[in-house]
Amino acid sequence: MDFRLTEEQEMLAETVEALLRESCGSADLRRMLDESAARDTQRWEAIVAMGLPGVMAPESLGGSALGATEMALIATACGYWLLPEPLVEQAGVVLPMLAELDAALATRAIAGEIVAIGHPTHPFVADADSAVALLLADGEAIHLVPRDAVTLVRQPSFDPFRRLFRVDWTPSAATRIGHGSAVQVFWDKALDRGALFGGAQVLGVAQRAVDMAAAYAKERQQFGKSIGGFQAVKHLLANAQIKIEFARPVVLAAAASDASEHNRARISHARLAAAAAADIATHAAVQVHGAMGFSWEVDVHFLLKRATALSQAWGTAAFHRQRVAAHVLSAKLGPDCTFGAAGQREMLHEVA
Amino acid sequence: MDLRYTPVEQAFRAEVRDWLDSHVPRAPLPDFDSTSDGFEAHREWERTLHKGGWSMVTWPQAYGGRGLDLIRWLIFEEEYYRAGAPLRVNQNGIFLLGPTLIEYGTSEQKARFLPAMAAGDEIWAQAWSEPTAGSDLAGVRATATREGDDYILSGHKIWSSRAVHADWAFGLFRAPGSERHKGLSLILFSLDAPGITVQPIKRMDGKPVFAEIFLDDVRVPVANRLGGEGEGWSVCMSTAGFERGLMLRSPARFQVAAANLVDLYRSRANQADPALAASVMQAWMDADAYALSIYATASRLMAGGAIGPETSTNKIFWSELDLDLHRTALALLGAEAELTTDAPDRAANLGDWLDGYVFSLAGPIYAGANEIQRNIIAERMLALPRG
Ligand SMILES: Cc1cc2nc3c(=O)[nH]c(=O)nc-3n(C[C@H](O)[C@H](O)[C@H](O)COP(=O)(O)OP(=O)(O)OC[C@H]3O[C@@H](n4cnc5c(N)ncnc54)[C@H](O)[C@@H]3O)c2cc1C
Repeated sequence: MDFRLTEEQEMLAETVEALLRESCGSADLRRMLDESAARDTQRWEAIVAMGLPGVMAPESLGGSALGATEMALIATACGYWLLPEPLVEQAGVVLPMLAELDAALATRAIAGEIVAIGHPTHPFVADADSAVALLLADGEAIHLVPRDAVTLVRQPSFDPFRRLFRVDWTPSAATRIGHGSAVQVFWDKALDRGALFGGAQVLGVAQRAVDMAAAYAKERQQFGKSIGGFQAVKHLLANAQIKIEFARPVVLAAAASDASEHNRARISHARLAAAAAADIATHAAVQVHGAMGFSWEVDVHFLLKRATALSQAWGTAAFHRQRVAAHVLSAKLGPDCTFGAAGQREMLHEVA
Repeated sequence: MDLRYTPVEQAFRAEVRDWLDSHVPRAPLPDFDSTSDGFEAHREWERTLHKGGWSMVTWPQAYGGRGLDLIRWLIFEEEYYRAGAPLRVNQNGIFLLGPTLIEYGTSEQKARFLPAMAAGDEIWAQAWSEPTAGSDLAGVRATATREGDDYILSGHKIWSSRAVHADWAFGLFRAPGSERHKGLSLILFSLDAPGITVQPIKRMDGKPVFAEIFLDDVRVPVANRLGGEGEGWSVCMSTAGFERGLMLRSPARFQVAAANLVDLYRSRANQADPALAASVMQAWMDADAYALSIYATASRLMAGGAIGPETSTNKIFWSELDLDLHRTALALLGAEAELTTDAPDRAANLGDWLDGYVFSLAGPIYAGANEIQRNIIAERMLALPRG
């Protein structure tokens, strides 16, 4: 048992951090909005050059075959820096699926082409406009549909960097790449990965909100001193930080564990805990910034909006709560079951 | 990152489980606060643990421990709570004073106090708080006046848990005329010493869980001072750090309580307010998150890391989850919630949720009130300016 990140994992996180710190600051985001740009080509190229879309893809396709823990760390950095480009979905959800369904397209996606995914649990498809193809569901079947074979209807989100679309399309045998009950496994895994990495991402949003608010609280003076000295302000931010501290290990444990019914409940727990942390943190950040926090001028609203969007994508909060409840009401519980069945009697007698 | 138990850890769990299976008393012991019989029954249990070599698995073997790492301490605690073993009457000694003795004590002090502590022969109380020094502990006024090789202790301590029946106590005393954090010494004293009067205090349900200690010219040898003269503050902050942050409340306690809450919910789901389902699941998730976080901290400490402000985040998290969990239980119990265990018409197999609830009310107050912990988080983790 060793619940620590490895040095390699910490270095990877730091490298991605550094790239985004450089290329995804407030000025970069504001420039994109001024230019009505859907994405920043230069930044995406840098991300691709670092091999990030393929972190989870097999080496045979040119990926790095890293695990979910590494992906979760990358997702947290993407959340922290509010990355508009769909790295988390591409690397964490689409590529692991494509790698099994269409190796050639997977290779192109590692090289930076976008493949959007429309999960049956969500009415809209993110980033469909910049995609070369879309993974779509028709009943039990999976279709891989070229971008020019669908019609997109933009659904504006209050998160100005989200690009959501209703996709109108007609399923045909030509686009069907899988069907039957086996296909459900793909959608289930996609949902788990989306929820896990979405949770990791929103955890980053939460930490950024606390950091921004703490920085502002140190600077802003009222009553002759910085507002960060007032306990009411301190406690708002301390409460948010506590939520983050007890969401992070859940996210990491969910990422570091094998797929199992136990771990699916933990993924849901991770998503819920991270979203709750982001909810508390972004609202605290608005409050601590006063009217500034309510303005377009200050970036706090980007965080609030991203948190709102991520907290209901890849399974609504209600869906994840139900999944936790189903586990809690049926599984064996207790302090020996933190890491699944490992501590249970049958297992112990195997080794003892 | 490897979240699997090693074969050694698994075998250790099996060993602990087997031992507890054959030693944990079948019927619960009478509680250690209400009567001296209950207290002595718990002392006997400490002796039994000690004979099995289980009193403090992390302590060095020389003092009655097993010299094990923190992951195995966690496994021990998991099995301990899972087995429903008695609460540790000597928790202030073994979890709080013991590690401080190991770090700061002279070899004579260690030899004098640790084995008797591990064996349950000496049960310890803490004597920090005073009527005018609560959160502001640096305001203590009790004095230690040096007289040759002795100190003469005088003052008034309060809220000392288990001091009603305990044998020894440790606390902060200041050199006469000294102020605030300076001039404080950490001194160990026998609660039987001449000049000491112990006056029980009842908590809100009438149980005498703590006591006032009046010290009237109590003579103790200088050898009972732990750490340097006047260095009591930093020594006592170390007690407040590692042990409180990690050992005071092990996650297993809350995981067992959460599992019991789930059972209670299952038995009453039909009549329960639908909103309570969410609270029950939240309690389970919080206990799970606390456990994961402690595993992460333990792993870090084992690799040579030092404990930081997670002492404060942990304290707030466990105390609030405990309180929420018990409030949810009372809500599930509905009209039965207020009934004490001796109410003739109360269902026999219901756990004592009221006792747990009353106990949980104190969590946000003791071991550094949660408001103080929030200040610490804001100042040390978020670098916000002091007051
Ligand atoms: C069950 C129980 C067991 C205990 N056991 C022991 C024991 O064994 N030994 C021992 O020495 N003591 C013990 N105590 C005492 C405990 O340590 C104190 O209660 C605690 O330190 C708080 O002090 P106080 O009660 O005087 O409250 P106060 O310090 O008077 O605080 C009252 C309220 O004011 C708030 N407050 C105070 N200062 C600030 C500030 N700067 N900023 C914001 N809010 C503030 C507090 O958070 C609290 O809500 C125990 C207490 C309880 C309830």
